[in-house]
Amino acid sequence: MYRYDQYDQSIVEARVAEFRDQTARRLSGALTEDQFKPLRLTNGLYLQLHAYMLRVAIPYGTLSGRQMRMLAHIARKYDRDYGHFTTRQNIQYNWIKLEDAPDILAELATVEMHAIQTSGNCIRNISSDQYAGVSADEVADPRPWAELLRQWSSFHPEFSYLPRKFKIAVIASPEDRAAMRLHDIGIELVQRDGVVGARVFAGGGMGRTPMVAPEIRDFVPESDLISYVEAALRVYNRYGRRDNKYKARIKILVHELGADEYRRQVEEEFAAMKQLGLDPPTAELDRIRGYFADPAYESGLPDSVDRSDPAFALWIDQNVKAHKQPGYAIVNISLKPAGGIPGDASSAQIDLVADLAERYSMDELRVTHAQNLVLPYVRKADLFAIWQALDDVGLAEANLDLISDIIACPGLDYCSLANARSITVAQKIANRFADPARQRDLGELKLKISGCINACGHHHAGHIGILGVDRKGVENYQLSLGGSGAEDASLGAITGPGFDENGIVDAVEKVTDIYVRERTAGERFLDTYRRIGMKPFKEALYG
Amino acid sequence: MVDFLSFRDDEPGQEPAVTFEAFAGQTNATAVRIEPGDDARALLPSLDRISLVEVNFPVFGDGRGYSAARILREAGYTGELRAVGDVLVDQIVAMRRCGFDSFRPDHPFDQTAVDAALARYADVYQKTVDGRAPVWAKRHPETTHG
Repeated sequence: MYRYDQYDQSIVEARVAEFRDQTARRLSGALTEDQFKPLRLTNGLYLQLHAYMLRVAIPYGTLSGRQMRMLAHIARKYDRDYGHFTTRQNIQYNWIKLEDAPDILAELATVEMHAIQTSGNCIRNISSDQYAGVSADEVADPRPWAELLRQWSSFHPEFSYLPRKFKIAVIASPEDRAAMRLHDIGIELVQRDGVVGARVFAGGGMGRTPMVAPEIRDFVPESDLISYVEAALRVYNRYGRRDNKYKARIKILVHELGADEYRRQVEEEFAAMKQLGLDPPTAELDRIRGYFADPAYESGLPDSVDRSDPAFALWIDQNVKAHKQPGYAIVNISLKPAGGIPGDASSAQIDLVADLAERYSMDELRVTHAQNLVLPYVRKADLFAIWQALDDVGLAEANLDLISDIIACPGLDYCSLANARSITVAQKIANRFADPARQRDLGELKLKISGCINACGHHHAGHIGILGVDRKGVENYQLSLGGSGAEDASLGAITGPGFDENGIVDAVEKVTDIYVRERTAGERFLDTYRRIGMKPFKEALYG
Repeated sequence: MVDFLSFRDDEPGQEPAVTFEAFAGQTNATAVRIEPGDDARALLPSLDRISLVEVNFPVFGDGRGYSAARILREAGYTGELRAVGDVLVDQIVAMRRCGFDSFRPDHPFDQTAVDAALARYADVYQKTVDGRAPVWAKRHPETTHG
C-alpha cells in the first residue's frame, strides 16, 4: 500500500500544527465558534448532539495493521473505547474533547493518517472498491488513481469553498462494489485499445434529491485525468447553486443544465486548462503504482478447505469471496453482529483485526462502504484460524449482504441533523430476522436506513430502504423498495405512508413475505421486485 | 492589526473600482470590482487596460472568487488582484495560490497570524498560478514539463 514520502509527511504535520494553532485560538476566545466552525469542519470535527465528533480519513478504505492499531488506541485513550466505521470508508469517534483533537491528529500523523477534508464543502475522502487489487474482474488497480486524486484534492486552493461537499469514487470493475454512480464524480477505469483510462460520471448523489450520475466522458487518458477533473470541478464551483443548501450539490447543476450542456462546459474549460501543465508526469502515477504492486504470493497453496465444522462452512459460504490468486481468499468481517450497532467496533476488536491483518493478510485491510472490514490477502489454509479468532471477539457473523447486514447512519442517537433513530430500527430488524437459516433463505438483500433526508445511510440505494422522518414530533419511517448502489444502480420508490418504529419492522417482514411467495428460482429480492413491480408489495402493506 | 496587505512591489491601485456592469461601458476605467456571480472570462479581452481587479467575497464561504482569480491569472493578467470583503486570515494561503496578491479584509488581520499562515506549508500538491513547484514536480525533476 501507499507510504508517505517526506513531502506527504511534511504536509500532514503542517496541518497538525495549523489545527493546534486554530484550536488554541478558539479555546482562548480569539476565535468565535462561528469563525472556528469552518476551520474545524475542514478537519472533520463536528459539534454533535452530545460532544464533538471526529472523522478520520481512511483513503480509499485501505489500512495497515499499524494504522488500524492506532485507531484502537485513539478509541481507548480519547473516546469511549469504540469507533464507528462509516459509509465513506472512514472511521468516526463520537465522544471527543476539543482540547484533545490536536493531539489525536498528531498521533494519527505518526502513522501517515489525518482528518483532512473529512467534512466541509470541499473534496472529501476518495472512496474505492474494497476488493481493489485482489478481484479477478478489475481492468487495473483503482487505488493508484485514487491516491493521485487524494493528493491533488488535498488543500486544493480553488475548491476549498465549493457550493457543497464533493465525493469522488474510483472503481475498475464491471461489478460496482462502491456505489460509484451515486457519487458527485464517479470514475470507472476502463480499457480502450489496451490502454487504461477513466470513464467519468458526474452528478450522482443521495440526499433529498437522489440521482444516478450520467456519463460525461467515455474515456479520459491518464495524462489528462487531473486537468479534466479540475475542469469538471471548476464548472461546478462557478455555477453550482449557492442560494439553497439543499440544491447546492453538483447533481442539481447537472440535472438543471442537462448532462449534455454540463459536458460541453466541462470540455470548454478542459480545452483551456489542458494547456496549463496541471497534470503530473506519467512517472508520478508509475511511482504510486509501485506501492500497489502485488504482494509476494506463495505458489502451490492448496485451494481446498476443511469444511467439517458447519458454522465455519456457513461463514465461508457467506463472507469469504474469490481471490484472483490461487490458494488465496478475500475475507469479509461483518460489523453487523445481531443486536449490535452497524459499523461500530470496540478497541479490542479493532486491535484483533489489526493482528489478523499483520499475521494473515500481508499487513493490510480494507473498510467497505457497507461498514464492514476486509482482509484482502488470506491463504485459504488460514481461514479456520481467522474464523476462530474472529468468533472469540464476536466478529464471525456470517451475514454478508444478507438482511441483517444493514447500513445505518448514527441517527438521532448521535447526530444533530437526524429526525429519527436509525440504530434501534436496525437492531429490531436484525432481531426479527435473527434466524440465520431464514436470512440465508432470503438471500442477498441490502437494507439501508437513514435517520434523515440527508441519506447518510444510503436508503435510496437499498433493495429495501428506510427513511426516518419527523411527523409532528413523532418518529416515522418511510419504506422504499428497489434501490441499488451496484452496477445496476437505481433509486428506490416509496411504498406509501410511513410506519412507526414497530410498524416498520412488521412492514419489512411483510415485504419479504411477498418476495418469498413470488420469487422464481435464483431470483434475488431486487430481481423479483423489478419483475413484479410495486403493486403486490403495496397490497400486502396497505391492502 | 493590518487592514491592507500587499505582496506587490508597486503602489496599490487607488482608482475606485467600477462595477462589472459599468466596466463594459467605461472604456477608460482601469479598475473593476467583480462579485461572485460575475463571469471573470468576460474581462479577458480587456486585460490590457486593467491594473486592478477587486474580487468581492460577501461571505467567506462563497468560493467563486477563487475560480475567478485563477481564470484571470491563467489568461495572463499581471495587474493587482485584490480580495476584499469577508476574507479571513485562514484563507489567504489558498487565495495566494489562486493568484491574489493584495487583501482588504472587512476585519483587519493580525500580522502574526498572517506570517504564521504564510510560513506553514512548505509543500503543495497542485500546480496553480503562483509559480510554486508541486510535490510531483519535486519528485520528478527530470521529466516535469512546464
